[in-house]
Amino acid sequence: MLGLYLHRESVIHRLPAGAKLGGLLLVTIIVLALPGAWGAAAAGLIGALVLAAARLPAGRVLRELRAPVVMLTLLFGFQALLSGGGWEETAVAVARFAALILLATLVTLTTRVMDMVDLFERLFGLLRPVGFNPAKMALMLALTIRFIPLLGEQVREVRMAQRARGVERNIAALFVPLLVKILTMADDLTAALEARGYDPADSGSEAPSKNATQR
Amino acid sequence: MIELRSVTHAYGDRPVLHDLTLRLAERRIAILGGNGSGKSTLARLLNGLIVPTAGSVAVDGLDTRTDGRAVRQRVGFVFQNPDTQIVYPTVEEDIAFGLKARKLPKDEIARRVAGALDRYGLDRYRHQPAHQMSGGEKQLLAIAGVLVLEPAYVIFDEPTTLLDLRNRRKVIELLRGLPQTVIVVTHDLDMVKDFDRALVLEDGRVVADGPPSDAVPAYIERLG
Amino acid sequence: MLSTRDLVLCALFAALLGGLGMAPPIPLGFLPVPITAQTLGVMLAGTILGAKRGGIAALLFVLLVAAGLPLLAGGRGGIGVLMGPTGGFVLAFPLAAFVTGWLAERFATGANPIRLFAVSVVGGILVVYAGGIPWLWLVAGLPIDKAVFGSLAFVPGDLIKAGVAAVAAAGVRRAGILPIHA
Repeated sequence: MLGLYLHRESVIHRLPAGAKLGGLLLVTIIVLALPGAWGAAAAGLIGALVLAAARLPAGRVLRELRAPVVMLTLLFGFQALLSGGGWEETAVAVARFAALILLATLVTLTTRVMDMVDLFERLFGLLRPVGFNPAKMALMLALTIRFIPLLGEQVREVRMAQRARGVERNIAALFVPLLVKILTMADDLTAALEARGYDPADSGSEAPSKNATQR
Repeated sequence: MIELRSVTHAYGDRPVLHDLTLRLAERRIAILGGNGSGKSTLARLLNGLIVPTAGSVAVDGLDTRTDGRAVRQRVGFVFQNPDTQIVYPTVEEDIAFGLKARKLPKDEIARRVAGALDRYGLDRYRHQPAHQMSGGEKQLLAIAGVLVLEPAYVIFDEPTTLLDLRNRRKVIELLRGLPQTVIVVTHDLDMVKDFDRALVLEDGRVVADGPPSDAVPAYIERLG
Repeated sequence: MLSTRDLVLCALFAALLGGLGMAPPIPLGFLPVPITAQTLGVMLAGTILGAKRGGIAALLFVLLVAAGLPLLAGGRGGIGVLMGPTGGFVLAFPLAAFVTGWLAERFATGANPIRLFAVSVVGGILVVYAGGIPWLWLVAGLPIDKAVFGSLAFVPGDLIKAGVAAVAAAGVRRAGILPIHA
């Protein structure tokens, strides 16, 4: 599943996901700590540099920004009206957040979904002492990615059944068969995982033992 | 050899199998029976996916109740619906799943996955999302994911029910060529005619057992 | 410890949340705002799977949105959306599913749709808003009272979703397929 990733040959694309996410976190903290105008300028400058380095089409990237910018403008404008604040202030606040969202969007557009998922799994490894099991997390994420298209189809079927029957008020009745189907799928899927030798008790220790390879 | 001794199985208070004693030693065995006859339950008992309410099932002397893991290593299981047995997003990852669960070394996993992709004609789909494949290709992938584990026995639970004619023939061909002991639960009488043995189940009891040339007519007669 | 079946259920409900986001929103004739069914999925995850598994299902969903899958209504996704003004609503999903499930395990274990509705309202609406509104205030500097007022437009749609979730969950419970503590 490709997701929002846009492939290009660039330095930014080649950077590891962890570096990009860490960088985003760092820049966000710095920008929020700087006074408004300076923060906006810094984030905007970094955003423009990264955008250029990533060799992504600016139009496509800015389209991702349209919705949040419109919303931020409305929110800040509304607020400026109420409090009688200056328009410059509003513009700076909108610009600062738009620049941060641009940076975050750039991270998403230049990082493969699976690389990001791998990074999350490694981060979950740090939570092992408090009972998190990164191997189980990894399996669940993979299963989810595998089943999203299938369940998207099922939801569309529910919608079609709803339209076919012309019942707008009885959506709940259409969700019951879908949920029952999901629960039966869960039984089948559990059996399939266990039939292929999956045992939840031994996930977590990654190192292959010599013993296990003898058949 | 798989051996059942006085096996009875019930879901809650609903009995599905009554006191079955069987020795399954032939290379090609068919399990026939109508809906609700207990044949899918029987199949699931054979690799320890479920354990019997009473009696015991043993695979090469290993009891499914106490040696479940060793039994499942020996007995592969292919289900009817490939959609719920493909567990990873892409073809290559999915074939690797069972090998990883078995904690084989990385290079051996890579070697066996490559071999399976090649053998079952899935090479060109390697990085393709499983949900974009056709029903027949998905079933082929599901079968590959089990055979890559090199089990000594393979159980198929209605492997052709959801397939069109062409893909059905493909799966039957594949089944014929397998070196393993194969046990197939099916309604597909055509598939089993050259098998070594056919069992007919009705209401949780074996009502016919023998070469398909005898058992299949008995089954058809009972259906009529 | 999570069993194989638990892992599978969490993943399937996370995928349901994603599937709900990919489907076009459901227009209801009598409401101006179309229903984007995602919080419906949060309520169902909580009422049907319970606190722990429901919370994990919603967490998986949020992680995949953050990883760049376009699973939010309108095909949106990525870290930018989560950092944006409405990000708090989505980030609250795991807690919302957990709270819905926690309440359902205590006060709505049967097939009574009224009780299921009540826990869906608290978990699936109150908790989601409790995450989304302060985020609006923090990110956009919108005063809390204004943020609350602006969010009211979505309440009727959310109440309908809670109703749908309650009736659907009650239907599943009546079918007796999955007792909540299973």
